Amino acid sequence: MEKLILEGSAKTPTVNFDGENGVMELRGRSIPENSIDFYKPLNEWIENYGNSPKPNTVVDIKLEYFNTSSSKCILDLFKQLEKLNSKGTVVNVNWYFEEDDEDMEEAGEDYDAIIDLPFKMIEVEEI
Amino acid sequence: MVTSDLLTTILSIMESKMESYEEKPKVKKKVFNVLVECLQNLYHHIDKDADEKVSTQDNSALLMISKSENDYKIMTGNYMESKNVENLKEKLELVNSMNKLELKTYYKEILSNGTRSNKGTAGLGMIDIARKSGQKLEFNFERVDNGLTFFSLIVKVAE
Repeated sequence: MEKLILEGSAKTPTVNFDGENGVMELRGRSIPENSIDFYKPLNEWIENYGNSPKPNTVVDIKLEYFNTSSSKCILDLFKQLEKLNSKGTVVNVNWYFEEDDEDMEEAGEDYDAIIDLPFKMIEVEEI
Repeated sequence: MVTSDLLTTILSIMESKMESYEEKPKVKKKVFNVLVECLQNLYHHIDKDADEKVSTQDNSALLMISKSENDYKIMTGNYMESKNVENLKEKLELVNSMNKLELKTYYKEILSNGTRSNKGTAGLGMIDIARKSGQKLEFNFERVDNGLTFFSLIVKVAE
């Protein structure tokens, strides 16, 4: 299936969804005023991927910032992945955060508490 | 007018300012996050009124950022319809009554159960601002006229 690749901008993250390898990466900042339009194609891509997923799916979230408008969209994305988990693929989430960024670490913990997917918290020097 | 491009410009200026102060990454991130939410509050609330015929006054917004030795202060001001004051005031008072852990629980509750407006706002803004700031929000409502009230908000981020 086709990859979904979007260049990051001042307010939107870099997207690299690779169906061949079952890897989905979001990197950078997600702070658009209205996130719904930005996330819609991502949800659609995941829906398609769900039709013939790889046995293992890895989701790498490497966000430096995200706003509350994005937080709901990110939750929806995780909910979609949660459903995939029982449909022929094992989904694992890697949640990256920068050293000392307790807010981003907590944000990962918040999603981990709501979503029934294994989250791995990974501390890095710089995202 | 508060446009998306204007917000991008303000954020970029503020980022380079903090860069030049060699601000601690942790503080830089908190200030940036709070500023994003405050600006987007202004953007969405003013955006709402833009459909109707409103005067320049109703559409204008105020933003001040100050830095002292101990903290950053982000101050915003905007006009709102007086009939919506009670709702907002209740929300702010609720957020201010909560400690760190209660805010975290409340945030998760609204995130997982709350609905979203057609503008993509999720009702999480003030909770998030309070969480990131770690301090009580200061606010004031000043009744103007024609059913309008001037709302001002001060958010502090400690150094």
